[in-house]
Amino acid sequence: MNIDAITSDQGTLSIRALGDTSDSSYTVMNMGPQHPSTHGVLRLVLTLDGERVVRGEPDVGYLHTGIEKQAEVKTYQQALTLTDRMDYLSPLNNNLGYALAVEKLLGAEIPERVSHIRVLLCELSRLASHLVWLGTSGLDAGAMSTFLYCFQEREKILDLFETLSGVRMMTSYITVGGLMADLPDGFLDQVRKYLDGFPRELEMYHGLLTGNSIWLERTKGIGALSRQTAIEYGCTGAVARASGVDWDVRRDLPYSAYADYEFKVPLCSEGDSYARYLVRMEEMEQAYRICRQALDKIAPSGPYRTSNRKIVPPPKWEISVSMEALIHHFKLFTEGFSPPPGEVYQRIESPKGELGFHMVSDGSNKPYRMRVRTPSLSHVQALPVLLKGCLLADVVVVLASLDFVLGDVDR
Amino acid sequence: MSPAELGKKLEERFPEHYLGQREDRGEWTFWVDRAAWVEAARYLSVEHGYSFLSDLTAVDYLDRDPRFDLSAILLSWQRKGDLRLKTLIPEADPRADTLTGVWAGANWYEREIFDMFGIEFNNHPALMRLLLPPDYVGHPLRKDYPVTGPATSPYR
Repeated sequence: MNIDAITSDQGTLSIRALGDTSDSSYTVMNMGPQHPSTHGVLRLVLTLDGERVVRGEPDVGYLHTGIEKQAEVKTYQQALTLTDRMDYLSPLNNNLGYALAVEKLLGAEIPERVSHIRVLLCELSRLASHLVWLGTSGLDAGAMSTFLYCFQEREKILDLFETLSGVRMMTSYITVGGLMADLPDGFLDQVRKYLDGFPRELEMYHGLLTGNSIWLERTKGIGALSRQTAIEYGCTGAVARASGVDWDVRRDLPYSAYADYEFKVPLCSEGDSYARYLVRMEEMEQAYRICRQALDKIAPSGPYRTSNRKIVPPPKWEISVSMEALIHHFKLFTEGFSPPPGEVYQRIESPKGELGFHMVSDGSNKPYRMRVRTPSLSHVQALPVLLKGCLLADVVVVLASLDFVLGDVDR
Repeated sequence: MSPAELGKKLEERFPEHYLGQREDRGEWTFWVDRAAWVEAARYLSVEHGYSFLSDLTAVDYLDRDPRFDLSAILLSWQRKGDLRLKTLIPEADPRADTLTGVWAGANWYEREIFDMFGIEFNNHPALMRLLLPPDYVGHPLRKDYPVTGPATSPYR
């Protein structure tokens, strides 16, 4: 295709390039990039035959911030903060994926206590992310009350993150070599107290939506994705599991301490919006279970990062008594650490699906290449298949059921 | 089958195109040349169960000849493991065959590689920029593209 022919004056892909103008009775329409139901800045070019979608082409890139290029000029510790900003609904999962990838490059050993804390935090952020999905997808279908209840609950989890790291969203709390700081006093009790109230909340959400006839009408049979298509388009996570792909990175290629946890991987075969809803609801239940187990496994005190001084700085008291500690401190804060040359791929199960960090090291203190495989990109890519033939009013339901984040798509 | 044996199978199947293998930190990488890129991916996917394309990306080694690595991560659910299939792309002729015939989802990954590295894909259904606007000049993830952008001179 000739690039000149599809460029409009504003430098965006024109409607002509993305819409279907073969039949003059079709209406070609832009939905987004500023539209409340696209959950960010997604632009969809919809070709409509009356109310029915003939073709729906996504156009992405409005939130592109060049994270992969920026990472190449930052040291390994600095590049961590970029990962928060990709899937901003679950920053702790992004932190973990990055930290695990760099630790694999370094061959670093992580204390067991740290791995369990990481699991707890990742599952809490899974709950927070799924609560946003549940709230907004309810809102898109007209269920306003779900939205208010879910955001109230999510705010409580974000308060916990604020206690931990000082910020609600851009936590950067899981760092290479361990955690940014030890858990604050009484944190585990706060989590326990929060979790005590969670099952009742979840039951209420089920009461609001699961058997609700309007919700069933809006989601059942809408946006069905077959197993084969899910595999071909690289769909992962809840989207793939709702289509019958029995795969969960936490269970099948366990990272961090997930091998020690017991949980069920929910599975559906219908592949429609309702199946994706059921799978995520069950995932919230399982995330709650994992959090409970993690609380029992986390030792009240112990190391919060590795003792390897080549990766993490020594404690302050040591610097004032040991010359070697001072040198380590100085080297780490001026130069950073340099993993041996090589490349690794580390995948984790983020709330959206498989999040992969492909890190290439040339032996210097900055990543030679950081490539992030994000789950949302594959899911948005599958949109044309899902949207074909559905009604205009159902487009927002399909979008919501995929649960993508544009920061994750565009990076 | 161990990854080393898999390498042997690849070599038997593509004797003239197989370039080698390496294990690094428990991850296996297999190199084939450009001519066998698609067929090797299809072979691993169909015959050996590596049927899921986890990731497809490129790496720019500026001073090396051939300059680019094209790298695919293939995942097998049955074996619970993955491998990396790589090919080499020279700077003078930056193009490869498209994987969209094997996985439809390779489409956007290849568009992103075209966008960021300027590597073109033969027979791709709609090869245009993915993340950057269509009138953008240059390919930002190439190592000779300045981080500050082409128009800015560095601070002195």
